[in-house]
Amino acid sequence: MVMSAAFEEIAMDTPAGAEVQSRARTIGADAVSGSFALSDVSVAYGNETVLAGVNMLVPSRSVTALIGPSGCGKSTLLRCLNRMNDEIGRVRVGGTITLDGQDIYEKTLDPVDLRMRVGQVFQRPNPFPMSLYDNVAFGPRTQGIRKRGELDAIVEEALTDAALWGEVKKHLKKHAFELSGGQQQRLCIARALATKPEVLLMDEPASALDPISTQQIEDTIAELKDMVTIVIVTHNMQQAARISDQTAFMLRESMDEPAHLVEMGETKRMFTNPDDKRTESYITGRFG
Amino acid sequence: MAVTPTHKAGRRLGRATRRRAVEAVVRTLIYAAGLLSIVILAAIAIFLVVEARQSIGEIGLDKMLSGTQWFPTGTPKLFGFLPLIVGTLAVTGVAVVVFVPIGIGASVFISEFSAGWFKEGMKSVIEFMAAVPSVVYGFLGVAVVIPWVKATFSLTSGMTALTGGLVLGIMSLPTVISISEDALHAVPDALRQGSLALGNTRWQTVYKVVVPSASSGIFAGVMLGLGRAIGETMAVLMLTGNAAVMPTSVFESVRTMTGTIAAEMGEVVYGGQHYSVLFSVGLVLFAITFLINLAADLVLERQRKRWRR
Amino acid sequence: MKVVTGACVALVIGAAIFILGKIVISGLPGISLEFLFSKPGMGMRAGGIFPIIVGTLMLVTLTAVLVLPLGIMAGIYLAEYAPKNLVTRLVRLSIANMAGVPSIVYGLFGLAVFVLLMQFGKSLLASALTLTCLTLPVIITSTEEALRQVPSDLRQAALALGATRWRSIHKVVLPAAAPGIVTGSILGLSRAAGETAPILVTGAAFFLPKLPDSVSSQYMSLPYHLYVLATQVPNVPPEVTWGTAFVLVAGVSTVSMIAGAWRSVQRRKVKW
Ligand SMILES: Nc1ncnc2c1ncn2[C@@H]1O[C@H](COP(=O)(O)OP(=O)(O)OP(=O)(O)O)[C@@H](O)[C@H]1O
Ligand SMILES: [Mg+2]
Repeated sequence: MVMSAAFEEIAMDTPAGAEVQSRARTIGADAVSGSFALSDVSVAYGNETVLAGVNMLVPSRSVTALIGPSGCGKSTLLRCLNRMNDEIGRVRVGGTITLDGQDIYEKTLDPVDLRMRVGQVFQRPNPFPMSLYDNVAFGPRTQGIRKRGELDAIVEEALTDAALWGEVKKHLKKHAFELSGGQQQRLCIARALATKPEVLLMDEPASALDPISTQQIEDTIAELKDMVTIVIVTHNMQQAARISDQTAFMLRESMDEPAHLVEMGETKRMFTNPDDKRTESYITGRFG
Repeated sequence: MAVTPTHKAGRRLGRATRRRAVEAVVRTLIYAAGLLSIVILAAIAIFLVVEARQSIGEIGLDKMLSGTQWFPTGTPKLFGFLPLIVGTLAVTGVAVVVFVPIGIGASVFISEFSAGWFKEGMKSVIEFMAAVPSVVYGFLGVAVVIPWVKATFSLTSGMTALTGGLVLGIMSLPTVISISEDALHAVPDALRQGSLALGNTRWQTVYKVVVPSASSGIFAGVMLGLGRAIGETMAVLMLTGNAAVMPTSVFESVRTMTGTIAAEMGEVVYGGQHYSVLFSVGLVLFAITFLINLAADLVLERQRKRWRR
Repeated sequence: MKVVTGACVALVIGAAIFILGKIVISGLPGISLEFLFSKPGMGMRAGGIFPIIVGTLMLVTLTAVLVLPLGIMAGIYLAEYAPKNLVTRLVRLSIANMAGVPSIVYGLFGLAVFVLLMQFGKSLLASALTLTCLTLPVIITSTEEALRQVPSDLRQAALALGATRWRSIHKVVLPAAAPGIVTGSILGLSRAAGETAPILVTGAAFFLPKLPDSVSSQYMSLPYHLYVLATQVPNVPPEVTWGTAFVLVAGVSTVSMIAGAWRSVQRRKVKW
């Protein structure tokens, strides 16, 4: 309802726009919370526009993978969704991005509130230099939750959802730096989940990890998608194929022009029968 | 869509308001503290001028700067800065002769010819020397250097410009060494390897490539050492004998600008002419060290830009 | 040439060893519990230095109370808030120049502003305010450096969890930078404890029969006392003067050496 207004603004004449429109109808994205609609989004660092004309629909409770060559603006686009670009300075974001129909770049919206709803997991595990418990409790405490019992429950739930509870439940006082890299990354996922976000943004969350840890993270993602919308950036095509429901392929064809969204669609179709030659050659090249 | 109970929404709104208020207050405090250093530096300059105004009006800055006699308690009172300025120059000159070669030599050795453990050890040595208070250097000078100078040069008094300068030179070493060493350390290894690959020896590499590349940082270190020497008070007060006459050699007693302020401020009438004259001395001192530091800072800034990765 | 530069280093090490050795050898014999805990007597030629130690500690404590909040906040400004503009450049330039202002000029400033204009008189407070100005650049610089060592990942993570700028600094960045800030502060304050020229004109007393009882009292202080013993009082027994020098150097340098060593240990321990 609220959503459809946003869809109408997406230009129909682009292939991506058309697909967004049709998918919006088929999956009924406005039914549950945690769905993004991007319309004609562009980003400029200083005078350089690095990303333009992105129309995209991120349905709720699903995994959306962003793929594309290095420098095509995947991280940049991801940071638009929780307004982390605001913190870099000299960044301008154009177009409209709505979360459940609400414009997230609206003047009256405090990015701090947005970020409680849209969590992020970074490429390198970055736990805070404090205990496991304090790491996970950081977000809830930020939201004003002080009661010990309430915090305990949230911490347990978040660690369970991040598939880490079993390993650490006896060591919650331990310093986060004592965990392995993979455990640290799952701790970061738990930390992000503890704020009960509707969306989780993940920027190459497994690229700094070994194969077993990567596997564990992928399993966690599969578990999580019933609870939150996940947008994940990855360079690993097998990973995108394994875990995502839809895939968006971005490309910056030359340094003189901004990157754009080449095509977006159901992952199975994108990987077997892409519409665009460039998607095909990128995917096959990366698989090769 | 989840229905949010209104009381919860209200509570969240209240917290958001408070959060924004805290953020705004903290931000204001932090910005104010950030600007404080500008305020203090400006206030120092302003109050030196304010307090010096009386003497500048009554005697004239040019008269004071060109006056060759300092005789504040005589009749007539004479407030010529030249003996003090020359005294400062004499002491500083000796100090420079000590700390420039030793400081640069030592930093080259530490940076280019020594192993990691030695560098660490030297860091502690330098830290120790920097941590010793200047009055202690002065005291050691009184106990050791004054008798030594007296005996070695067969003087009637060991309190000379030379004595003050020697001790000052040693005191300035930590400043010079740590900044020059940083500058040498910042020279990329690729430059050294390139030079060695061209067939230069280790030493040729150091003086043809490394030292020239770090020259601006070394210069800054020397300037800061110079600033420290000119501004040092206690050691020179205790070691130079404080005779306010134009020296003809470094073997004579001198009185520096800093020493004059420290020795005489205790005896003046606050707000009187002599008081104001001492602020004029302070003003001259401030101006000199300000220019020296500014020069050093601009040079360091340029060096930082150069090696920025 | 290695020999020539090596000789320079040898000279530096020699000077340091000489300073340390001379003070320890000549100073240690004068040290006793009585020396540390009794009042000076016989025109300061005998007895101990208790009131002098206490005066120094009071001065440094008061200075710490004044300078730490200001210096740490200013360091936070530079590391976390300062925009890249002319004002920030000016702030940095001011800090660099403040560090180079001669300490006696701080004394003049303190005399004109704190002693006379604000009418605090020659007092602990006037001296502490003067030392605050003098120590400020050291505290600011070391705080900024410590904050910059904290990886920006952590700030990003906190912000992404819905923390405000200040909360991310207060709860994450500051605790992570605390070891560096603490050691930098100790180093700066120990330097302040050894300053003589600025307190000479703003409140240190030649001799006082009793301990200071408020921040507006005058006080006795170790560095000034050493100056007095070394140059103003005739016939002081050497063990009294050297003992005073020993206490001053031992206090200032052990504190700063320990702080320095602890900092490098912390740096090695926390690998980001
Ligand atoms: N903070 C920044 N300031 C200026 N330009 C930036 C900034 N961050 C990214 N860019 C530029 O924006 C473009 C997109 O960068 P981005 O990091 O979003 O790419 P990416 O697709 O995530 O690449 P990778 O796969 O290597 O992570 C690049 O050309 C990059 O140089
Ligand atoms: Mg990226």
